[in-house]
Amino acid sequence: MAILVDENTLVMTQGFTGAQGTFHAEQGIAYGSKYVGGVTPGKGGTTHIGLPVFDTVAECAERTGANASVIYVPPPFAADAILEAIDAEIPLIICITEGIPVLDMVKVKRALSGSRSRLIGPNCPGVITPEACKIGIMPGHIHRRGSVGIVSRSGTLTYEAVAQTSAAGLGQSTCVGIGGDPVKGTDFTEVLEMFLADDETKSIVMIGEIGGQSEIEAAEFLARENKGPKAKPVVGFIAGATAPPGRRMGHAGAVISGGKDTAEAKMEAMRAAGIHVADSPAALGSTMVKALKG
Amino acid sequence: MNIHEYQAKELLRRYGVAVLDGHVAWTPEEAEAAARKLPGPVYVVKSQIHAGGRGAGRFTDDPNGKGGVRVVKSVEDAKAAATAMIGHTLVTKQTGPQGKQVSRVYVEDGCDIKRELYLGLLVDRATSRLTIMASTEGGMEIEEVAEKHPEKILKAAIDPASGISGFHCRKLAFGLGLTGKQVQSFTKFVTALYGAFLELDCAIVEINPLVVTGAGEIVALDAKISFDDNALFRHKDLEALRDDSEMDPKELEATRNDLNYVALDGEIGCMVNGAGLAMATMDIIKLYGSSPANFLDVGGTATAERVTEAFRIITSDQNVKAILVNIFGGIAKCDMIATGVVQAAKNLTLKVPLVVRLEGTNVELGKKILAESGLAIIPADNLADAAEKVVNAVKKAA
Repeated sequence: MAILVDENTLVMTQGFTGAQGTFHAEQGIAYGSKYVGGVTPGKGGTTHIGLPVFDTVAECAERTGANASVIYVPPPFAADAILEAIDAEIPLIICITEGIPVLDMVKVKRALSGSRSRLIGPNCPGVITPEACKIGIMPGHIHRRGSVGIVSRSGTLTYEAVAQTSAAGLGQSTCVGIGGDPVKGTDFTEVLEMFLADDETKSIVMIGEIGGQSEIEAAEFLARENKGPKAKPVVGFIAGATAPPGRRMGHAGAVISGGKDTAEAKMEAMRAAGIHVADSPAALGSTMVKALKG
Repeated sequence: MNIHEYQAKELLRRYGVAVLDGHVAWTPEEAEAAARKLPGPVYVVKSQIHAGGRGAGRFTDDPNGKGGVRVVKSVEDAKAAATAMIGHTLVTKQTGPQGKQVSRVYVEDGCDIKRELYLGLLVDRATSRLTIMASTEGGMEIEEVAEKHPEKILKAAIDPASGISGFHCRKLAFGLGLTGKQVQSFTKFVTALYGAFLELDCAIVEINPLVVTGAGEIVALDAKISFDDNALFRHKDLEALRDDSEMDPKELEATRNDLNYVALDGEIGCMVNGAGLAMATMDIIKLYGSSPANFLDVGGTATAERVTEAFRIITSDQNVKAILVNIFGGIAKCDMIATGVVQAAKNLTLKVPLVVRLEGTNVELGKKILAESGLAIIPADNLADAAEKVVNAVKKAA
């Protein structure tokens, strides 16, 4: 079953005719996903890599039946692109763009509440259900269809988890990169909730970073919801244990999270919630194998 | 991007935020002239560096003398204070032991301080909203307040659709124990500051201390602004406020080349794609018994030129005893990285061991380029293998 995307997902691309949009749409199609068209304002009515181009998201969705949109629009215009997709009631919006001003995302986040859309990202690698649908910039060939659900704040660390669970012979149900920005569409807890409800997902890898407190909230959620005989093993990792304090986030940034944003505090919260914390980023796969053996 | 206090105050004044009168001075003579333009009879001379704790800081050539912020009572004393500061190195608890050289001072009007408060604005990750923080513990570092008296931090999160409203300000004002006219003055101050935050695309604004004067006015005694780097494209005029001398030269060079680099004090230079993997690479180096010399995220769109630049910056650090390149290509292509690595290693006549781990997009092509280069590059198969090999290389060299 997997989550978010599958064989029936019809993908449109915003920023379709640009270099990134073109390259990754081609990669997605080569992977076997169903890409149906795209949007580049001013180029409506033309054809690009064999697919129709539209001026607006609403028109593209109406004509192609797209139910997911991936955004490769440059940072100054990315928030506008997301807002347009929300307005067109696209159920799943995945924004890859890195470097969107944070106050733009504050507005986007407000527009999402009460809307019909879910946003993944921005500043994320995207979402893939192996051998069914690839939306984003991840290298498809490292994935195997399988049982591990992966959710991560970091793009390249997600690939690390994928490579290791593939090598361990487990494979992945769905991999979700939620993105590294402070204000994002979807956080850990929401993805974990979907994984717990998904039959195909038998275990979960969750990869966090220093800063913020969403990993702590996610750990508390798992402690509440993921227990009893049907509990799914969860492996966790937090990057940044050796990062010098105060360098990545500003002065007052740490305060509002109540001092719970260090790698140590997050790993402690994870252990307290029964999550198997990998001490090394190279041990994600082996820790999962161990966890599954009980 | 951070700016100096005097620059922050000039900006805030434009947005109607109450700040004291003052002028920047680059020489003692200018400081004297600046003081003459102010009403007096009390003046404050403030060292301008990008670090907090200036008042309690000390100059390296006068460790038992006065601090980096001095209250004086004549224009002559203002000049004398500036003489003691300009060209001298100030050490505060935020500068590190090497301190920072003061190139200019801000001469400000004195102020009748009745109370010192704290005010901070930032985007809170938890609520995804611009949040105003206030505390009665003015002058204290907010981290310290959060640790010792978290109940003393008041917060108001602003809905971006409706914006700031009177009740947000009143909630904070009454929480701070303000009364009568002070509440109105505070509301005006906070509303103006909120407007400045939005207009200027700030990341953080801190007013510490925010003072209540004897006359019941609310005024910013200090001001710290940090801008959202992602939004600087909308504010070309703010670029002029950048002070390169405040940055680590290696970090400055990295910024100019669009590389995300942070200098650390270890011995293994790292070049990685992606911030998360870059941090995880630092973590695993530590786990294998060594320490990273830097954080470096080469980004997704790495070209051969940028890889060369990254190598130049890494090797300019004298502490680097070995280099680890760790690339898991998604958007970044391994062949592109490999070409850059080979070019850089040849151009810079690399003298330290180099371990390269490539995985992901175009990995076979990348490995082939490295193998055929004729260079003494140590290939690694995975993250653990890479960490082990680079740490061993350092130990062998020692």
